[in-house]
Amino acid sequence: MKHKKWDLIIRPHTRWLDLNLKEVWRYRDLIGQFVRRDIVAVYKQTLLGPVWFVVQPILTTVVFTFVFGSLAGLGPKDVPTVLFYMAGIIPWNYFNECLMKTSSTFTGNASIYGKVYFPRLVIPFSVVISNLAKFAVQLVLLICVWLYYYFQGNYQFNINAYLLLLPVVIIIMAGLGLSMGILISSLTTKYRDLSFLVAFGVELLKFASTLVFPLFLIKNETYRMIIWANPMTSVIETFRYALMGKGAEMNLMALSYSAGFMVVVFFLAALLFNRVEKSFMDTV
Amino acid sequence: MHPIVIQAEDISKQYRLGLLSGKTLSEDFKRFLYRMAGKPDPLAFVGAENDRTVASAERYVWALKNINFDVRQGEVMGIIGRNGAGKSTLLKILSRVTTPTTGEIRIKGKIASLLEVGTGFHPELTGRENVFLNGAILGMSKAEIKRKFDEIVQFSGVARYIDTPVKRYSSGMYVRLAFAVAAHLEPEILVIDEVLAVGDTEFQKKCLGKIKEVAGGGRTVLFVSHNMGAVSDICDRAIMIEKGSITSTGVADAVIREYVNSTMKTDLTSYDSLKDAQFRRGSGQVRISALSMHRHGSDVEQHEFDYRSDVSFNLSFQIYEPVQELYFLLALRSSLSREMVTATERIRIPVAGKSGEMQFRITLPAVNLSPGVYETYYWLGSSKQEMPYDVIDNMTAPLVIRVPENESALQTGYFQLDYKTEL
Repeated sequence: MKHKKWDLIIRPHTRWLDLNLKEVWRYRDLIGQFVRRDIVAVYKQTLLGPVWFVVQPILTTVVFTFVFGSLAGLGPKDVPTVLFYMAGIIPWNYFNECLMKTSSTFTGNASIYGKVYFPRLVIPFSVVISNLAKFAVQLVLLICVWLYYYFQGNYQFNINAYLLLLPVVIIIMAGLGLSMGILISSLTTKYRDLSFLVAFGVELLKFASTLVFPLFLIKNETYRMIIWANPMTSVIETFRYALMGKGAEMNLMALSYSAGFMVVVFFLAALLFNRVEKSFMDTV
Repeated sequence: MHPIVIQAEDISKQYRLGLLSGKTLSEDFKRFLYRMAGKPDPLAFVGAENDRTVASAERYVWALKNINFDVRQGEVMGIIGRNGAGKSTLLKILSRVTTPTTGEIRIKGKIASLLEVGTGFHPELTGRENVFLNGAILGMSKAEIKRKFDEIVQFSGVARYIDTPVKRYSSGMYVRLAFAVAAHLEPEILVIDEVLAVGDTEFQKKCLGKIKEVAGGGRTVLFVSHNMGAVSDICDRAIMIEKGSITSTGVADAVIREYVNSTMKTDLTSYDSLKDAQFRRGSGQVRISALSMHRHGSDVEQHEFDYRSDVSFNLSFQIYEPVQELYFLLALRSSLSREMVTATERIRIPVAGKSGEMQFRITLPAVNLSPGVYETYYWLGSSKQEMPYDVIDNMTAPLVIRVPENESALQTGYFQLDYKTEL
């Protein structure tokens, strides 16, 4: 038989790890369109529009400052409480939203997936990117608050070189949200049970991080280890430390651990996602 | 001869029936163990063939079984079969929405499939934004959409509302815009589902026209449909799928003939969908129990007739509850656009309190319908009651009018006008 070159072969199962990122790249325009849709559509027919991006972290910060800072007395001592909480809430929200939204990738987009083929990873990627835009707006808010305290002069910030680590930290938190999200979405196409646990699990993760209290309050070594084991802890801590130079603990070991955690989960998730995406339409 | 661009080899697809039960985890586990041990899947071959009329005790069903076909470049191939025969499954596999259980399809060239128009349309976005979004979902690049944008808007005819959110559109406008995007897709191979030709009759014609235009332009097209008229109109070749297997393949018209024959063989009393009240409309006081088409004066059942021949319909009906009056109506529907082409008046049948089985024959002399496929619609009812006794709508063989051998210009319209000329 004459040798033929085929452009596409549809087969029952492909290799275990065949992410085909090249194909995702070819569909970059589609990622762009999804990102656009996610950002534009949400605030259509609202008066304030993108202002809502900053309302949510402001309100959460107010609540946290009042409940955890004033009432419970968990606030930090040498940095502004408002800044302390906001610097935790903003990266946490980003992680949380990426995770929640990507975790319903298959179930939430079945109507599109069921009709057209495009690389399935396009949707989780676009979620991560569109949330990044929201995150950027919130980051501007954070910087404004920071500038306010800086010029007010009541607090001294140690401006330090860890600020340069911020892009790395952002990549880590985006990666964490994405990988844990697609891991969950791959596991829930067949057995929905897990989806009930997700919201609860994220809540647990939230309180097992330094989001609501500064780390120095925890003296017990075992508890400290548990909190450091949460990959988001080092993200939040680095964030705070980079901004203020105190009120948080800078731990490069922990940050590397989070990066490693992200890479491992990403490959695990990619492996599963890859298995599931080919035929999830039959079970979803 | 043109090179082969699609080669399907031994495609099978298995589905599980019913919901996930408590057993699935253990089944999955069992499969996993067997796979680890390098043994074949213990649960893979318990499936029954795909026949939806027989309630299956098996928990797995083969929606497709050993499908093989080739498509050459520039060919327009129709895939026909009854509902549930496996057409949609094949379509899904070709569109890469799902994978086959076994087998392989090799494809050469850029392929795009249209199972639906307007996939991913977001109600809050404007027409313009949705054109870009939908185009990207269908695989077009931003530059490509930009280039074709004016053409798309022109084709859709909603230029005035292009910056209005599509949730404010009428459903007609919505479909028009959605189809306009799809129509400007330019892959080398196009897979189309006929059901996408939705909307009003005029729009359906436009859709089919566009599909025909694409097909005529030398593109390779796979057209999935149970609309014989459209397949005959558009396709060169066709394959027929029955119960998950290919039962016929060849020149489109020959395959259609076979398909029509196969639907005709099922006589009314054994035709499950006719027995099943769920599929049958009407109050059921009187039911058509058998019907057949004949050339006038002949006893041989047939459904294909020469142009302007006399067509007789023999009907038997069963009167279950005596009725005061009984009217019968026969209508014909275009299988292309599904619009009613013509109908008889309500014909009174004298029954006056009788019960039991009755015979009835109606003859249409010198039917001057244009050559084509016409779906049949039989109606039994009374002049007073709203609810008919019985309706058989396109459940039996269609009426096919053959193209006369010497005249080829008979294609326009459903009828020939009768005329006289004077000089």
